Amino acid sequence: MAEPVLRLEHLRKSFGGLVVTDDLSLEVGAGELHAVIGPNGAGKTTLINQISGLLQPDHGRIVFAGRDVTGLPAHARAAAGLARSFQVTSILPGFSALENVALAVQARSGSSLRIFGRAAEEDALNAPARAALGEVGLGPRAHVPAGHLSHGEKRALELAIALAMAPKLLLLDEPMAGTGREESGRLIGLLRDLKGRFPMVLVEHDMTAVFALADRISVLIYGRVLASGTPDAVRADPKVAAAYLGDEME
Amino acid sequence: MAAAAPIDLGPAPATARAGIVVPGLIFGVLAGLPIAALVVPENYLLDLGTRIMIFAIAAVALDLVVGYGALVSFGHAAFIGLGAYAVGMLAAHGIGEVLVALPAALAASVLFALATGAVSLRTKGVYFIMITLAFGQMAFFTASSLAPYGGDDGLTIAARNTLVGIPIFKYPRGLYYVVLAALAGTFFLCRAIVASRFGRVLRGAKENATRMATLGFEVYRFQLVAYAISGGLCGLAGFLLANANDFVSPAYMSWQRSGELIIMVLLGGIGTLYGAIIGAASYLLIEEFLSRVTEYWQVIFGPFLVLVVVFGRGGLVGLFAWPWRRRHG
Repeated sequence: MAEPVLRLEHLRKSFGGLVVTDDLSLEVGAGELHAVIGPNGAGKTTLINQISGLLQPDHGRIVFAGRDVTGLPAHARAAAGLARSFQVTSILPGFSALENVALAVQARSGSSLRIFGRAAEEDALNAPARAALGEVGLGPRAHVPAGHLSHGEKRALELAIALAMAPKLLLLDEPMAGTGREESGRLIGLLRDLKGRFPMVLVEHDMTAVFALADRISVLIYGRVLASGTPDAVRADPKVAAAYLGDEME
Repeated sequence: MAAAAPIDLGPAPATARAGIVVPGLIFGVLAGLPIAALVVPENYLLDLGTRIMIFAIAAVALDLVVGYGALVSFGHAAFIGLGAYAVGMLAAHGIGEVLVALPAALAASVLFALATGAVSLRTKGVYFIMITLAFGQMAFFTASSLAPYGGDDGLTIAARNTLVGIPIFKYPRGLYYVVLAALAGTFFLCRAIVASRFGRVLRGAKENATRMATLGFEVYRFQLVAYAISGGLCGLAGFLLANANDFVSPAYMSWQRSGELIIMVLLGGIGTLYGAIIGAASYLLIEEFLSRVTEYWQVIFGPFLVLVVVFGRGGLVGLFAWPWRRRHG
């Protein structure tokens, strides 16, 4: 395998006496969709927060695109090409869907200290934003305030924002959370389209989605990697079946 | 998702129209006021109008950070005071040139905003309010202890500033129009900022700062620049105030003054910029007339403010828009 996009080396994080990430190492290769699964409380979101820079690990190293980003704040990692979505939708509710995405385009264009010129009318920002909205099927909803979108549309908007950042790696924290069957079906289709274009770390509870999409799966229990490998290998692993998958696999 | 009807609402037309009509009315009235003053024999109307516009400049500047950045500064009077003291202190040394005094006023207030903002902006919410209040009080007590410049008593300015020898502030009407031009400049500058790329980041950080960070924006930097711009515009207000009053005093920096600025923004309508002008005018007019009726005018003003904030849903601007909202839903 070529140089991995993301390499986590012996990450450790505890809150008080509670160890949530325990000597965790993991690699995500170029073009790979790496799913992270595990029961509630396994430390999945904490892990995503450490990768994206909202939390600092107590120990260990995070190497992203060949660069040690361990000490960098979230905005610097985002600027370096790390895009993420949130388990609990995190958008700007008062901004239109288009403006939400245009802001992501603006972030990577630099020159945000300009105090003249109407940003809302800049084609250089709006055109890529419209394209990203189109990709997730929100094209016709561009001018709706993001707060007024349906839950499924908000999930799609999160994806559009991440796409518009033209990232080197996508961190998706339960993109299907709270969506109905029809909506999650659409989102799975969408992720399948994106697969190969961007390396992705996908945290997800929906096992259908995980086994349909992932190139590799890491199973997290109590902040440790219990098993890591191809979907078939993980499915066959007796440790995994015992600890987690259980009846979901039948 | 597929079930949702594809409706393209476009930008809200009502807001867009109010953004043109209301400022148009405001500046129309302000520009025409001196004509009414021809009928009224004394300069009372011009003085009052000038005073209103000077505070409107500061209120618009405050609305830029409060209304669009959710940065509730409780120390903005300090910036007015710094601008005013720059004029007063230079005048005390015989320097009355606008081209010196104005840059000095702006520099003093911008630098103070950068220094205090760099610290304050590391805190959030109530802590931010308290720390800006603390810095404001620091400036107040420093000014009070400046014995060579009047200390507690303040400092009388012997001659108003001149622009390369031209006495632009000498006559009430000239002063009035210079202040009007400054207010218009402030208003349109702030409006451009809000709509710009920079303003979009500032507004985004108000809605969801974590999201902005994960998009790649260092929110702190943007807030600090906005705070400095806001402080500098208050310095401009202070520069004008010193020239209008022929006097500077530590009272310009008092925390009550900072509170009044917040009240002006709330009263007029937060996050609209023109609301701040309406708020400044309303507050000072109410003070002017109610204080003639009773010394305890605030007893009447307090409940009035509560009613406006509760029923106006966005200050007086919201109150005026109420019949329109009812008709159009």
